[in-house]
Amino acid sequence: MSSVRLLVGTKKGAFILTADGKREKWEVNGPFFAGWEIYHVKGSPIDPNRIYVSQSSGWFGQMIQRSDDGGKTWFQPGMKPGNPTTTPDGMPATESNKFLYDTSPESGKLLTTHQWYDGTQHPWEFKRVWHLEPSLTDIDTVYAGVEDAAMFRTTDGGKNWNELSGLRGHGTGPNWSPGAGGMGLHTILIDHQNPKRVFIAISAAGAFRTEDEGETWKPINQGLISQYIPDPNAEVGHCVHRIAMHKSRPNTLYMQKHWDVMRSDNAGDLWHEVSGNLPTDFGFVIDVHAHEPETIYVVPIKSDSEHFPPEGKLRVYRSKTGGNEWEALTKGLPQKDCYVNILRDAMCVDSLDKCGIYFGTTGGQVYASSDSGDNWKAIVHDLPAVLSVEVQTIV
Amino acid sequence: MIRVILPPYLRTIASLNGEAKLSIEGEVTLRSVIDTLEINYPMLRGTIRDYATQQRRPFLRFFACKEDYSLEPLDTLLPQSIASGKEPFFIVGAIAGG
Repeated sequence: MSSVRLLVGTKKGAFILTADGKREKWEVNGPFFAGWEIYHVKGSPIDPNRIYVSQSSGWFGQMIQRSDDGGKTWFQPGMKPGNPTTTPDGMPATESNKFLYDTSPESGKLLTTHQWYDGTQHPWEFKRVWHLEPSLTDIDTVYAGVEDAAMFRTTDGGKNWNELSGLRGHGTGPNWSPGAGGMGLHTILIDHQNPKRVFIAISAAGAFRTEDEGETWKPINQGLISQYIPDPNAEVGHCVHRIAMHKSRPNTLYMQKHWDVMRSDNAGDLWHEVSGNLPTDFGFVIDVHAHEPETIYVVPIKSDSEHFPPEGKLRVYRSKTGGNEWEALTKGLPQKDCYVNILRDAMCVDSLDKCGIYFGTTGGQVYASSDSGDNWKAIVHDLPAVLSVEVQTIV
Repeated sequence: MIRVILPPYLRTIASLNGEAKLSIEGEVTLRSVIDTLEINYPMLRGTIRDYATQQRRPFLRFFACKEDYSLEPLDTLLPQSIASGKEPFFIVGAIAGG
């Protein structure tokens, strides 16, 4: 029988929530890495038991954790208990915590600064890994989106990470600037039909696309209009909160921008607004139904200064027309006095026949719908603030 | 044998129940203690010193014999009672949030 496993990252640890295919009864396990900020937990599409975790702390920095048994046990890649800690020539056997920007003379020499809040240039400073995206084709290859914004990749299961410096180095890097939440690369989408093509998004720089697995990049922000930046139509500088894609239609992208819900039908070359009748088009999450590429979901948030649902009503909005026409989904969700936020990595969909939709809140609830959003219930009410939710459909 | 007491989170990461015990040949300095600690417990690399700058993380402090060594140069010699193992060397996490 099929089952689902939710991988939940929170401000104070990771949790794993499991249920059978009916998704009625849930078992909650955790916290794992208690006390640490878990920005993201994601499993490999090749082997669901291979799970990668971004674990960080203001005290102790960044760590990568890995499980090879579906979350029963964890280790830092290359440091399983009992393994040698050095190579025969005395070098560290693994450097899984090491995220160093490329400063090589060949490819990294110009990648020294980006724009700071006051308009001056500021050095790139690594802070944490926001998002981990395991490869579709190689179990040991994982992309990492980090703050300050850059893309890293491991090809040895997380033991070593190297920057794909073509992203910061393609030309607009010095014009990127942090949003209020920092300058993070938070979204990585791999084209299921052509895994060499990858889309990413950065706050507050915009969306970018590579056709060659991250060697070269181009900004894909034409059509975005951001009134809060000096040139509303600028090539970069847009605060993209999230982009989403259905694996059967890699040229169609959906975006929740700081303000505005957007759509592109040419792989990001041109965007147009599909906010339509949403009560507010500010928000963070956006996702696509597993079996209906034109069915998309957002959770409107009141405004950039009031990060909670309008009128205190937690409503998921669904469009079955790829945007513009939206319906509120409210059954099972609090419709008064609700003032939580739903962060950008905290919504996901499973791939069971009746598509499950999940999202987590800063109030510690994880909500689930096993009928494409028609009805909702809270799986848990009182976790720490939820930073990310991913789901594994295990058949 | 040098004795090092770590913050609880780092003890968990290093699978330590109590103190870390380090054998150091030569001078016992801040640098040699941290270097040896990271060699013996590679999972701690990057947690005490930033990987890029090799600077102490700002919310951690170093104490020896009730003296704060956090701002001392890394090649500062530590007291004999640390070198002899009579006193432990403390790596302390800042109290924050309250």
